[in-house]
Amino acid sequence: MLTKRIIACLDVDAGRVVKGTQFLKLRDAGDPAELAAAHSAAGADEVVLLDITATHQKRATLIATVKRTAHELFVPFTVGGGVRTLKDAGAIFDAGADKISINSAAIADPSLITCIAQRFGSQAVIVAIDAKRNENGFQAWTGGGRVASGREAVAWAKEAEDRGAGEILLTSMDRDGTKEGFDCELTRAISRAARIPVIASGGAGSAEDFVHVFREGAADAALAASIFHFGLSSISELKRHLLVAGIPMRYPC
Amino acid sequence: MIAIVDYKAGNLASVKKAFDHLGAETVVTASPDEVERAEKIVLPGVGHFAATKALDESGLRETILTCIERGVPFLGICVGMQWMLASSEEAPDVHGLALWPGECSRFPSGVKSPHVGWNSLQIRDGLSRLLRGVGDGTFVYFTHSYRVPLLTSTVAAYEYGGEFSAVIEYENMFGLQFHPEKSGSAGLSILENFFAL
Repeated sequence: MLTKRIIACLDVDAGRVVKGTQFLKLRDAGDPAELAAAHSAAGADEVVLLDITATHQKRATLIATVKRTAHELFVPFTVGGGVRTLKDAGAIFDAGADKISINSAAIADPSLITCIAQRFGSQAVIVAIDAKRNENGFQAWTGGGRVASGREAVAWAKEAEDRGAGEILLTSMDRDGTKEGFDCELTRAISRAARIPVIASGGAGSAEDFVHVFREGAADAALAASIFHFGLSSISELKRHLLVAGIPMRYPC
Repeated sequence: MIAIVDYKAGNLASVKKAFDHLGAETVVTASPDEVERAEKIVLPGVGHFAATKALDESGLRETILTCIERGVPFLGICVGMQWMLASSEEAPDVHGLALWPGECSRFPSGVKSPHVGWNSLQIRDGLSRLLRGVGDGTFVYFTHSYRVPLLTSTVAAYEYGGEFSAVIEYENMFGLQFHPEKSGSAGLSILENFFAL
């Protein structure tokens, strides 16, 4: 049986993990390669590295970080943040990433999705959507949540799929950082509309929230940025909780 | 020396990295001569079935077939495994090696495609050399849109809108639909079994 996935996410700035790494009772700041390996050993089904600065000068640092992180990691590895061109994507794949995640650049030029998918395969392209509720439903935002794109989120997800995206990474801006739980309504709307897998993100405050997003939200995977501070000591403990609740999980792992 | 065949489709680095980790000597190559001299051959694959056309143009198809006839262990991964069949719906004009009859086709409607994530192996042949020490129900990482039907040589299956081949094995011919290089310690054990043949 295909399991639901728990994906560990590392926010990285200038080669250091800056937050969202509290699964393992480790310091906030840390070495991405070390943390990625630790998450994988602790049961993470995949690892995502998000470059949160992604300024031009720091690209070289990012490539070196990706190379080092990929070296001893034997689970799928995604890199996001600041990918603007096919060349950017190519450099990240060459450094050892299996998938790239694109957001603002895909909205600015949707043909970029097709371009990367044709060269590296759809399985390598994740389109990230930052969605926020408005009076008509859900809207996609770009620029790290600063700019309204004018695109309706469900329609954009379907277009991304048609253009060759292999997965959708969906973040609820309304819930992000609130610990009120995932936006199951949003996740379900996108998951039902798209035929590709949807990774839910934003708002987790308890293990039960993961049960809800898999069950009511029909998510295929969920991103866990920081779960330690709500009473769980590891991804493995989260997965055991989900398994007991009847959610298929890779466990033990 | 294990030859990892480069046909300019996708990421070969992770397969090489996994073998390096196991202490195997590898060479990533597109040269028929180098493949000819290898003790074992691996054909990785991510991307489109049509990319295997490059193997016809470079003469690697003939080299690989000759090596397999000589008894050299051959491992196809993902699209590399699909290429061991006669054809695929993904690119009907491109011919596979036809080591097994049959065609790769799309998943039935009703399940999401691509099939992405960790799925469990249903072991059908406990004597598989590739799966030595790998238990029934072991999870491995899949990512693909086309699937290989059940064959007489299917030694492990998976369930996703039906039952399909996860591992095929006959004498010195081996195929894995999933990515052992991305399947954690279970995947590394399978690669180690191949390395130890």
